[in-house]
Amino acid sequence: MGGGSGALFVAVFLACAVEAVEATTIVLAAGTARDWRSAATGTAAAIVLLAIIVAALGPAVAALPLRELRLVVGALLLIFGLQWLRKAILRAGGYKALHDEDAIYRTQLASATAAPRRRFGSVPDWYGFTLSFKGVLLEGLEVVFIALTFGGNAHNIPLAAVAAGCAVVVVAAAGAAVRAPLARVPENTLKFIVGIMLTAFGTFWGAEGAGAHWPGSDAALLVLVPAIALFAVGLVAVLRRGKASRAPAGGGAPAPEAG
Amino acid sequence: MGGRVRAFLAFLYDFVIGDDWRIAAGVVAGLAVTYAVSQTSVPAWWVMPALLVVLLPASLWRATRKR
Repeated sequence: MGGGSGALFVAVFLACAVEAVEATTIVLAAGTARDWRSAATGTAAAIVLLAIIVAALGPAVAALPLRELRLVVGALLLIFGLQWLRKAILRAGGYKALHDEDAIYRTQLASATAAPRRRFGSVPDWYGFTLSFKGVLLEGLEVVFIALTFGGNAHNIPLAAVAAGCAVVVVAAAGAAVRAPLARVPENTLKFIVGIMLTAFGTFWGAEGAGAHWPGSDAALLVLVPAIALFAVGLVAVLRRGKASRAPAGGGAPAPEAG
Repeated sequence: MGGRVRAFLAFLYDFVIGDDWRIAAGVVAGLAVTYAVSQTSVPAWWVMPALLVVLLPASLWRATRKR
């Protein structure tokens, strides 16, 4: 695996792992509070629908002209990357609550427990089915988007698909093994890294799609990634200093939140 | 039906645009400038990195000012 392929694999794996952790939290809440069979059926139904979407969109993405694909996908990746990085910097700087899978799991569990139980066909609990179906489908769509766009741009959809599959299998296996929210996964750090990767790849592909030529071609990514990382770390330091100078004595941390 | 369409559009807006619409607008503007510069003899690769240096701190500044 070359440097470019390695970077592609790592970027797709990390981005998909973050989405898989969020989907796993929802499925675990549906299974624990409602019914494991219904949660598993909802998960399987969502995976089948995602497979159909991949089968339909995969060849279409591969057939698009590379320059237009890079322009559109680069723009989208850059917007996503900057939004992720913005949130991650605000969290690291103390201006936004850390993403807490334990707290999200407890909230999901409480609302799932309160809903009435209703059978639908062979599904023992319709609420548990739809909760895990929606969670896996929405997070799965993000996984599909990341794998197809990264893979399409790098002309290596199979490698991106393998990276996405590995991330989902690793996270799902960990979730199945512990049957508890994956609170030990350093999700905030992962999101920070993924934000940097999405921003770097988005900047690179977006500019190429708009007609720019990078000095050193693909090697420019090896400068862009660390440069954006350094810039982001610098912004965190500035925010922390500002927060420390403004904080009143005994001021509490922001409450945990999703997203 | 109208409610479902509205919910889908809200999901799409949240998915693509997110918390700060100025980031999306800035990226689109930056790519347009990149294209315009690429049509001249001046290199255009620096436009997007220069945009990042302005766009991200500006968005963070707005977010922290509100808190």
